[in-house]
Amino acid sequence: MGENIKINIQHLTRVEGHGNIVVDLKDGAIIKCNLEIVEAPRFFEGMLRGRSIFEAQHLTSRICGICACGHTLASIQAAEDALGLTPSDQTIKLRKLLLHMELLDSHILHIYLLALPDLLGVRSFMPLIATHNDVVRRALRLKKACNDVCNILVGRHVHPIRATIGGFTKLPSENDLDTMLNNLSNLHEDLDETVELISKLQFPQFQRDSQYVALVSDDGEYPLLSGDVGSTRGVRINKSEYKKITNEYMVPHSSAKFTNLNGEPYAVGALARLNMNCRKLHSKAVEAAKKLNLSNGGNNPFLNTAAQTVECVHCLNDAIGILEALKTSGIDYKEEILVGANETSAIAVKAGRGVGAVEVPRGVLFHAYEIDEEGRILNADIIVPTSQNIANIEGDMRAIIPGIKHKSEEEITLALEMLVRAYDPCISCSAHFLDVRFVD
Amino acid sequence: MARPKAAFFDFSCCEGCQLQIANFGESLLDILNVIEVVEFREIMSEKYDGTLDVAIIEGSINTPRAVERIKAIRARSKTLVAIGACATTGGVNGIKNVFPLDEIAGYVYGGNFRDYETIQTMAVHQVVRVDYFVHGCPIYPPEFVAVLKALLMAIPYDVPDYPVCVECKLNGNVCMYDRGVSCLGPVTRAGCNSWCINNDNICYGCRGMVSNPNETGAIDVIKQYGLSIERIVNKLEMYNKCRELNPHG
Repeated sequence: MGENIKINIQHLTRVEGHGNIVVDLKDGAIIKCNLEIVEAPRFFEGMLRGRSIFEAQHLTSRICGICACGHTLASIQAAEDALGLTPSDQTIKLRKLLLHMELLDSHILHIYLLALPDLLGVRSFMPLIATHNDVVRRALRLKKACNDVCNILVGRHVHPIRATIGGFTKLPSENDLDTMLNNLSNLHEDLDETVELISKLQFPQFQRDSQYVALVSDDGEYPLLSGDVGSTRGVRINKSEYKKITNEYMVPHSSAKFTNLNGEPYAVGALARLNMNCRKLHSKAVEAAKKLNLSNGGNNPFLNTAAQTVECVHCLNDAIGILEALKTSGIDYKEEILVGANETSAIAVKAGRGVGAVEVPRGVLFHAYEIDEEGRILNADIIVPTSQNIANIEGDMRAIIPGIKHKSEEEITLALEMLVRAYDPCISCSAHFLDVRFVD
Repeated sequence: MARPKAAFFDFSCCEGCQLQIANFGESLLDILNVIEVVEFREIMSEKYDGTLDVAIIEGSINTPRAVERIKAIRARSKTLVAIGACATTGGVNGIKNVFPLDEIAGYVYGGNFRDYETIQTMAVHQVVRVDYFVHGCPIYPPEFVAVLKALLMAIPYDVPDYPVCVECKLNGNVCMYDRGVSCLGPVTRAGCNSWCINNDNICYGCRGMVSNPNETGAIDVIKQYGLSIERIVNKLEMYNKCRELNPHG
């Protein structure tokens, strides 16, 4: 197109939620380069006020259907932190298993149904049913397997039933453990083929020295459910001080609240986690990373989809390890807990403030609650991964435009769409706090 | 026979009900053999502007633009299906209506709150006519299939109008009241096969209230177990707040 470009993509497709891409280039200078969030606001933090802390998980799970289990885990962690409750080892193991299923399920959805059509040159997975039937079937099979495991573990994946403050209302039987193990063991071949498929695709070549943020820890485990918050620029902060990481601010041009760390945007998600923690991946995931040229992570945002593929291998193998350990140790059913609205005082309540920081599919998610001595929520703050990524996505858009401005409008549009999709944005999540402005 | 043209549209929600459909696995391909999906923004870039045989609506209506958009979709759709609590009852989005709009917007967005277009949350049928309802947060997949079959055969689907307790008893669960906690099963529409209680959690009332809830019976039960009525009423707000906008909702 050249030195003067006007692009206005309304309601970007194949992302979760509603967003627009708006670019205005005049005489080669970028006048506007925005990712606008136009999802209707939902006011979750406002709605939580005055409600019982024992309803927080149920409600905040409803922020997002894709990462319902991630919101559940972050919400429970924040609530338990506020209540001063330490979960048992068994509960932690089962929560890690649930988080692995969430990452695997969500990554498969993104890799196959949202990102792959661009890489195969089609508009959605629908035409792939005819041209790549085995690939579509594999994606649906993988997704269903994750869903089946979640059905057993927490009743269902979308808005889990059994996960609660204090643990689980119902624990898997021995038979359930075998069924979950069997379901997951059958996925090795499908995931090997997924790695093979992704390794053969041509991702756009683009690099930018972004700052990456993810949970970090001192032990050997790939940190997803616990740890401090760290960045590739050497920052490390306890989760209770998450606001020092996110530093939310408003910008006049955009509908979104932005975040920055040390005056610089940052990225969260699979690629960020690989950049911070790739040496802690399961050995099979290390092999996959090697095959996908991600052994040391990298700074091509388009490769976030490949990084998700590496994490799929990690999550599957680590989940199998957890299940095998649970089979050996046996499940202690005395830990089953019925909380409800805490009518029976199953959980001791005190006033306090708590923070949850969990690596959900799209990056680190923060929930923070302040409660009174009766467990009523006084204040709630939720910062989702997508809101942390928006400033960095815009940074990438600004950096990529000079290299592609000579291309056709169609090609520029596709490149920008692919870039945004690579971050796998979850706009419903971010709409609990974002401004709303339509560009007509 | 040509497959009916169907489109999925999302309004304010978590999009989890679409995912419930995606989670059918390979049997999703069987569904796609009987309907032709022509628009589904979350997973397709294809767009379609013509007349729709079936519009499947997820999410609640809570901005002036959403009101216009749902009216336009209704105008070009022969059949309209509302799926999920957000669409059928307003869902948890209805809790917003507990607060004055300016107050809650100011709490979440600070001084800029007036820039945010928002109106009281409404269920879809409080704005346009709805032909089929698939209740629940999220939808219960077998019920979605039952509704899909009914609409393909052009026969009505009757949502059960008896309480969750009926299904719960058949499933042999111990009553949550006997376990010391309050549960909305006695006043909530069945049709989910008492999904949450089967998993040893309480019913949160996500399918909305039965049309004629046994109020006196419910109050008796609450008193008998020494539980707080205020707590139950508070819990009912989670999924039933939008009913106040329209007593027949």
